[in-house]
Amino acid sequence: MNVRAHMSMLFHLDKCIGCHTCSIACKNLWTDRKGAEYMWWNNVETRPGAGYPTQWEDQEHFHGGWVYDGNGDGKPGKLRLRLQSRAGGLAKLFFNPDLPSLEDYYEPFTFRYGDLFNAPEGDDQPTAIPISQVTGRPLDIESGPNWDDDLGGSPLYAASDPNRRNLSPEVQEALSEVERVVFNYLPRICNHCLNPACVAACPSGAIYKRVEDGIVLVNENKCRGWRMCVAACPYKKVFYNWSTGKSEKCILCFPRMETGQAPACAHSCVGRIRYMGVLLYDADRIEAAAAVPDDRLLDAYMDTILDPFDPEVIAGARANGIDDGWIAAAQKSPVYKFAKVWKIALPLHLEYRTMAMMFYIPPLSPVMSTLENALTRLDINTEVEDFELLERLDAARLPVQYLANLFSVGDEQVIRRILRKMYAVRLYMRRKTVEGVMDDATLALLAGAGCTPEEAEAIYQLTTLPHVNDRFVLPPYHREMAVETWKDPLAHKGEVGIGYIQPPKRGD
Amino acid sequence: MNWNTLFFVILPYVALFIAIIVTIYRGIYRPFSISSLSSQLLERRRLFWGSIPFHWGIIIILTGHLVALLVPRSIVLWNAHPLRLYLLELTGVGLGLWALIGLLVLSWRRMTVDRIRVISTPMDFVVLALLLISVVTGLITATYYRWGSYWFTGIFTPYIWGILTFRPDAAPLAPLPFTIKLHVFNFYLLTLAFAFSRLVHIITWPVGYLIRPWQIVIANRGLPVLNEEEASQ
Repeated sequence: MNVRAHMSMLFHLDKCIGCHTCSIACKNLWTDRKGAEYMWWNNVETRPGAGYPTQWEDQEHFHGGWVYDGNGDGKPGKLRLRLQSRAGGLAKLFFNPDLPSLEDYYEPFTFRYGDLFNAPEGDDQPTAIPISQVTGRPLDIESGPNWDDDLGGSPLYAASDPNRRNLSPEVQEALSEVERVVFNYLPRICNHCLNPACVAACPSGAIYKRVEDGIVLVNENKCRGWRMCVAACPYKKVFYNWSTGKSEKCILCFPRMETGQAPACAHSCVGRIRYMGVLLYDADRIEAAAAVPDDRLLDAYMDTILDPFDPEVIAGARANGIDDGWIAAAQKSPVYKFAKVWKIALPLHLEYRTMAMMFYIPPLSPVMSTLENALTRLDINTEVEDFELLERLDAARLPVQYLANLFSVGDEQVIRRILRKMYAVRLYMRRKTVEGVMDDATLALLAGAGCTPEEAEAIYQLTTLPHVNDRFVLPPYHREMAVETWKDPLAHKGEVGIGYIQPPKRGD
Repeated sequence: MNWNTLFFVILPYVALFIAIIVTIYRGIYRPFSISSLSSQLLERRRLFWGSIPFHWGIIIILTGHLVALLVPRSIVLWNAHPLRLYLLELTGVGLGLWALIGLLVLSWRRMTVDRIRVISTPMDFVVLALLLISVVTGLITATYYRWGSYWFTGIFTPYIWGILTFRPDAAPLAPLPFTIKLHVFNFYLLTLAFAFSRLVHIITWPVGYLIRPWQIVIANRGLPVLNEEEASQ
């Protein structure tokens, strides 16, 4: 056992209101720079939808992530990068056919606001025309980072969602009927994977995973702009700065976390959907867990995450130099509770086999309805709708298979179990707080969903009423100690501060 | 001192010295500035038709020069049969034309595509011009002064070894035609520009990728002081 710690974020999709505050916080803090305007280290997508960059999930097109060749025949297979072999990677340096172009994102734009003040007097109101942030010339805006915002059900955007591929024709059709249209939001940041494809694809070896918290970073001084990372990341969360010629990505706000603050996206979240916590994982199991057939992938993945209360794990953590403060944080981690204890959180697209370390709680959705004599009617018996819904998750507007494609390698049963549990907790708490009486039927329902009343209370507490310190359980980084081993801070007093060692200018 | 000595003895040493010193300085103190400066994100179609022919053409041709420098005898032996000589020379010219086409596409792209023009530095154009001169003079040499693979080993192999072993002798170059001299002179200008331009990305060709482990994990822990503290707890 090789115990390591990981900082993980959890997204409670049932609470996301799609306000994009996270994206703006991130943009203002990190990517409001020349060459980075088009980058959204954090973005929020409307699902079903095409996403950003457009159709990033279509790995037949973008060739991101890993491929496992042992599916089906029972023999142990091998894992390989979908993008390239080692020699193939070097041969494609001069032109990488799988690199998305700016059109796959969008051409960043601003408006010529100065015209509003400087336009000569005339009969018309002056307007601020859109200009490209690359060339500075006027452009017709054709797309943006959330161009299909709220366009669930649209024949253009929602229909091109790669996750709809294996839905039955009836379900596909229902998704685009006005009365049945549904969408949910999917906020995305870098998944800081355990088996990152970007690291594996980098010819310069500039990308690395930090041991202390698992954050995947690009060493800008070693990056040579070969841009294989951009193509290899199946989540398309490494970006190429066209001005400086370097790759950049989400840094999980490590400067904030090292000073005890949650990442800016999580901190600013209006719906308070984001949780941050430590997970302890077994680094020795990663390789084996990534190389199993699809149907065993989720279990193998969850097994790499260790129980922070297990004395053996604690001993292993200490042996690897993990601070007691971190172990304590791992024991209080909201991510650990949701993902491992209550088992209602899943990683995004595990089938890419990068072992993503950010977790999602799948969203509930309204009940399907049909039009009858110009009135909408719920597709469910209104008298016992609460209970019936549990048995008829197919009546929920978001197809279970669709969620399974996103979060559970296509396994519907996993999603059903989670949705049942979430509904059961909801019904239990409604009986308790709204009606004030608890009946056997509800308790049986809760037990049927694999949940105890105590657990339901705990899920309810952490979902709806968490204190900020419950949502963000940040461990002490003790960065001061790490720095002191290298440098005597007093010897450098007055020498450091805000500024550049070297301005981030494009090299000649 | 005559022009011949200035261009083919003094200039090479100055150029190589500056290239090596500045490249090392840049690598150590200005590593952020070293990048291939790819512009594929902004424009990909023309880059495909420019970058691939140019890079592969120039790499193979430079390798050919290097082979003639390292194992001149085998080149001469290879050329002993006329058919093999023609084959070698034709391949050289073909690759040169391939590189020229790529270079022309790249120049055209840099000058006409808005997105590429705004990220171009003056040095980018200098490099393009020097490369164009290099490829064109090389092609003229190969076409009009036959057979290059023959006389290269007689004139340039000893000359370059002389430079590299600090026993320079540029006298054999004096009677050469202007085009060939320009080709050599221009190479030294490229060497001069090397450390000050995007050309430095050549030495960062990441051959280590072939053998490194897939994953890179970097520890900030395991530091002596921290370990001692933990041991005392």
